[in-house]
Amino acid sequence: MADTAISARDTVSETPSMTRRLFSALISRLVIAIPYLWLLVFFLIPFFIVFKISLSQTAIAMPPYTPVIGVSDFFQKIGELSFDNYVWLTEDALYFNAYISSIWIAGVSTFLTLLIGYPIAYGMARAPTTVRPTLLMLVILPFWTSFLIRVYAWIGILKPEGLLNQLLMTLNIIDEPLIILNTNTAIFIGIVYSYLPFMILPLYSALEKMDYTLIEAANDLGCPPLSAFWKITFPLSLPGVVAGCLLVFIPAVGEFVIPDLLGGSETLMIGKTLWNEFNANRDWPVSSAVAIILLLLLVVPIMFFQHAQAKAQEQGR
Amino acid sequence: MNTTWSRFNVTSIALGFAFLYLPIVILVIFSFNESKLVTVWSGFSTKWYGSLLQNQGLLDAAWVTVRVGVIAATFATVLGTMAALALTRYTRFRGRILFSGMVFAPLVMPEVITGLSLLLLFVAVGLDRGFLTVTLAHITFSMCFVAVVVQSRLLTFDRSLEEAAMDLGATPVTTFFHVTLPVILPAIVSGWMLAFTLSLDDLVIASFTSGPGATTLPMKIYSQVRLGVTPEINAACTILIAIVAVGVIAASLVNKRREVQRLRDEQGAQRG
Repeated sequence: MADTAISARDTVSETPSMTRRLFSALISRLVIAIPYLWLLVFFLIPFFIVFKISLSQTAIAMPPYTPVIGVSDFFQKIGELSFDNYVWLTEDALYFNAYISSIWIAGVSTFLTLLIGYPIAYGMARAPTTVRPTLLMLVILPFWTSFLIRVYAWIGILKPEGLLNQLLMTLNIIDEPLIILNTNTAIFIGIVYSYLPFMILPLYSALEKMDYTLIEAANDLGCPPLSAFWKITFPLSLPGVVAGCLLVFIPAVGEFVIPDLLGGSETLMIGKTLWNEFNANRDWPVSSAVAIILLLLLVVPIMFFQHAQAKAQEQGR
Repeated sequence: MNTTWSRFNVTSIALGFAFLYLPIVILVIFSFNESKLVTVWSGFSTKWYGSLLQNQGLLDAAWVTVRVGVIAATFATVLGTMAALALTRYTRFRGRILFSGMVFAPLVMPEVITGLSLLLLFVAVGLDRGFLTVTLAHITFSMCFVAVVVQSRLLTFDRSLEEAAMDLGATPVTTFFHVTLPVILPAIVSGWMLAFTLSLDDLVIASFTSGPGATTLPMKIYSQVRLGVTPEINAACTILIAIVAVGVIAASLVNKRREVQRLRDEQGAQRG
C-alpha cells in the first residue's frame, strides 16, 4: 500500500493535471457507456425485434416470417400491422390454458419451496456462528452443478421402476409402483429441488440479521413459541420471503427443462409451448407473440423484484 | 424451549441437505454401475467412463462448451465489473434507472424469452448462428450475475481507502488498479467462476442461439437424455460435477488463504 502511494505521488508531479482530469472523466464515461451499450444492443433491442416479429405474418421461408416494418417505411406500413398472431392466441384455448397452468404450477411450487426452505434457512440462521459459513457453502454448492444434471438425476429416482418405487415396495409401503414421472407432481418436485437454494439464501440473510432477544422477550412475557413466530419472526423475515418467492416464481413460470424432462405430454407450460412452436412448428411470429404475452405477465413481478433489489441496495449503503 | 427448537433446527437442516444432495449422490453412484440399467445395481465398473472417451460427439461438444465458457466468462467479468462500478460509483447519470433495470431483469428473465429474443436479433442483423452467437448470448446474460456479485462487494467497500489514495495524488485509474481492484478481486474471481458455470450449464439459450458445428455439452446431453437414461450420461455428469466441485473447493481454499494472509499482513502492519 505504501509503495502505491509513493508512486502515485510521483506521477502527480510529472503529469499535467488538466489532461489527467480529462482522461479520468473519459474513463468514467466509458465505464458507464460500455456495459450500457452492450445491454441496450443485446438485451433491450432484441425485445423490440421480438415485438416486431410477433406482428408479422408467418411465411414458409428462412427466416420464416415476412418482415413488416423497415425503419424507413415505418409510417407507411403501420396500417398493415398484423395482430393475427395475438388473435390466434386468444382463439386457441391451448395457449390460454398453458398460461394459466404455468402460473398455477409456478405458484404451487413457489409455495412448496417456501414451506421447505423456511425451516432450513431458520435452522441455518440459528446455527452456531462457526458452522454457518459451511452450511452456507453446502446450500450454494448444488447450485454450481448443472441444472440439467440435477433434473436428470430425478428421472432415475421417480421412474415407475425407479429407486423411490423400489424403496417403497421393499418397505411394503406400496404394492404397485406410484406413477410420479410425467405428472405435475414430478414438475413440483423438480422445481422445488432446483430452486431451493434461491429461496434459502434470501431467507437466511433476512433471518440471520434478526434480533433473537425479541423472541426471548416475547417468551418471558408469556407468548407461546408458535405465536411468537407468527407475530415476530415471520414479519421480520418478510423481505427475505418476498425476494425468495420472486426468485423462484418468475423463472419457474417460463421454465422449459423441468416440464420437458419430468412432465408428461399433456403437461401445459408456456415455456414448453413456446419452444415447441419455435422448434417443431417453426412458427416464429406466434412464438414471438407467446413470448411477448409471457413478458407482459411477468412485468409486474419483475418490477417488484427490481424495486426490492434497489431497496436492499439503498440499505446496504 | 431452546433445546426443542434446536433439535427441530438440526432435523430440518439434515433433511434439507439430504434432499439437496441425495439425487446427486445416487447419480454418481450409478455411473459406476456394471449394468446398462441405471436403477439396478449389479457391480462396480468404470467401463462407462471408458466408453465416454470413445464418444467423439460428446468430446467435441465438451471442447466447444469449455471454449465458449472461458471466452464468455472473461468478457462477462470485464463488462459486469464495469456495470457494478457504474451502479455503485455513479449514482446520477442519464438513464440510470433503465440501466439498473437492464442489469437486474436478466437475473429472473425466463431463458426461453432471452434465447428467442437474442436469436431474432442475430437473424435480423444477418449473423450466422454458431460459436460467435452462443458466446455473445452467454456474455450478455452472465455479465448481469457478475455485476450483482461485484456490486455487493463494492457496497461494503471502505471508500476512505480510495479517498486516501486520491488525496495522495493517485489518479482514479491508478487508484482503481492499486487500491480498489485488489480488494474486490475475490468477488471478481467468484464472478468469473459463476459466469463460467452459468455458461457451462446453459441449455435453453444455447439451443436458441447456437448453430451447426457449435453444439454445446448440455445440448448433447439433453438430446441423449430424451432418448433415455443411460450410465454413460451419468458418467459424463459425474465428471462435470467433479470438475465443478474441485473448482469450488479450490477457490474457497485460495480465498481462505488470502484471508489468513491479509489478517497476518494487517497484524504485521499494526505491529510495525
